[in-house]
Amino acid sequence: MIAVLQDLFFITLGTIKDVLPIASIIFGFQYLVIRRPINNLRSVLSGFVYVLIGLSLFLVGLEEALFPLGKLMAHQLTDPGFIRSGAHAGMDVLQWGDYYWVYIFAAAIGFSTTIAEPSLIAVAIKANQVSGGAIGVWGLRIAVAIGVAIGISLGTYRIVTGTPLQYYIITGYIFVLLQTYFAPRMIIGLAYDSGGVTTSTVTVPLVAALGIGLATTIPGRNPLLDGFGLIAFASLFPIITVMAYAQIGEWYSSRAQNSATRVSKGD
Amino acid sequence: MKKSLELLLKSLLESLRDLLPIIAVIGFFQIVVLQQPIPDFGKIILGVFFVIIGLSLFVRGLEMGLFPIGESMAYAFARKGSLSWLLVFAFCLGFGTTIAEPALISVANEAAIVAANGGMISNTADAQASYALGLRITVALSVGIAIVVGVIRILKGWPIQRLIIGGYLGVVVMTFFAPPEIIGIAYDSGGVTTSTITVPLVAALGVGLASSIRGRNPMVDGFGLIAFASLTPMIFVMAYGMIL
Repeated sequence: MIAVLQDLFFITLGTIKDVLPIASIIFGFQYLVIRRPINNLRSVLSGFVYVLIGLSLFLVGLEEALFPLGKLMAHQLTDPGFIRSGAHAGMDVLQWGDYYWVYIFAAAIGFSTTIAEPSLIAVAIKANQVSGGAIGVWGLRIAVAIGVAIGISLGTYRIVTGTPLQYYIITGYIFVLLQTYFAPRMIIGLAYDSGGVTTSTVTVPLVAALGIGLATTIPGRNPLLDGFGLIAFASLFPIITVMAYAQIGEWYSSRAQNSATRVSKGD
Repeated sequence: MKKSLELLLKSLLESLRDLLPIIAVIGFFQIVVLQQPIPDFGKIILGVFFVIIGLSLFVRGLEMGLFPIGESMAYAFARKGSLSWLLVFAFCLGFGTTIAEPALISVANEAAIVAANGGMISNTADAQASYALGLRITVALSVGIAIVVGVIRILKGWPIQRLIIGGYLGVVVMTFFAPPEIIGIAYDSGGVTTSTITVPLVAALGVGLASSIRGRNPMVDGFGLIAFASLTPMIFVMAYGMIL
């Protein structure tokens, strides 16, 4: 219990250090440049305090409960002993297919951590307000989570096979480029944004443990070189799935209208 | 009183629902796949309890603090009509929130080790520290510039895809010239720059600007600032690796 309180103290200090530069920029500009009092100052300040306490509790809870178990799990699942027990008998060298539990775990943990990612919740709420409900909070979150699941799963496959990172990323970019021409215009900015919001407090620590665990146990991989790159995968694929989400939505609504009136492309 | 209690209960339940997938995944792999008992059950329950309360408070704080202030500042700058101050603010917001970002600090330190092992810098603590600091400043500068460019885009109404695709082309071209050791770090640095507090603020700023300027649609023009903040670090970090 004392250890928990200690953690809480240090993590709260860390969050304060995070909030301080942001708060000083905001209030500095508000009072020195804009020179107007803030509307509902009390409510805004208590909002900042809520964010601070909320984020600290959130991080302490993760450190206490989920990160140790999740990281341990990442190490156990990438352990050659475990992989070998599920591999075909009589094979000396592990094939990429023997790592199937790793790919499944990567997808599952990518999906579930993204659903709980606070910054994605924030963007989803905003997008829902701005679009007047056309973009669902859950629809967007699930679309992003599927993207992260695919991305991290493919990223672990890349580490197992040792293929160069840039081939995957550049192919992904080309796909994004093509999709941009066909997706509804209103989704494009949001889709590009969702690449950046997926990877923060919840996803990065678990995913990093998985990448480094894999790169350490597979012969011929360098943890410092091959352990990187999973975050890049997790930032790229949500762009594709969010555009796909809008495309599917558009397709459904245009089919529902039974081609009586063509749906305008959102502008 | 009863109403606020109901609201509290509702938001706690929502946070529990947000967390359930992680609990299910970890439970499934521990019990079914690895076939091991769950250690420290009490500690886990306590941790989950903290996470749920924390997430509820965070979402409440977003709606009370971060969203309104981001939007009201956007409106105030738009009304004031002072472009240069708006751009200075945008730069400060990008630079100031990134330079202290813990995820970036840890990536920069790891990157310094990679660089030392690869013989790019001498293998001393001093050289590594200055390399890591240089990298952090590079990324923070790139995020500051990204928010400035993103704000200018919203004001001018440029289509986002041209800028982003141009940026991607830059990333692809630079990948061929950058030292291979830096590529993974560069690609990852795009993802670590935007923290949980920066994202809602920047999103509110963009949407606020786009809705206060005539002829801009908040949905089409308001989003995209975060995308710029994730893109420019890749280019700048590869440039940093090529120059050093």
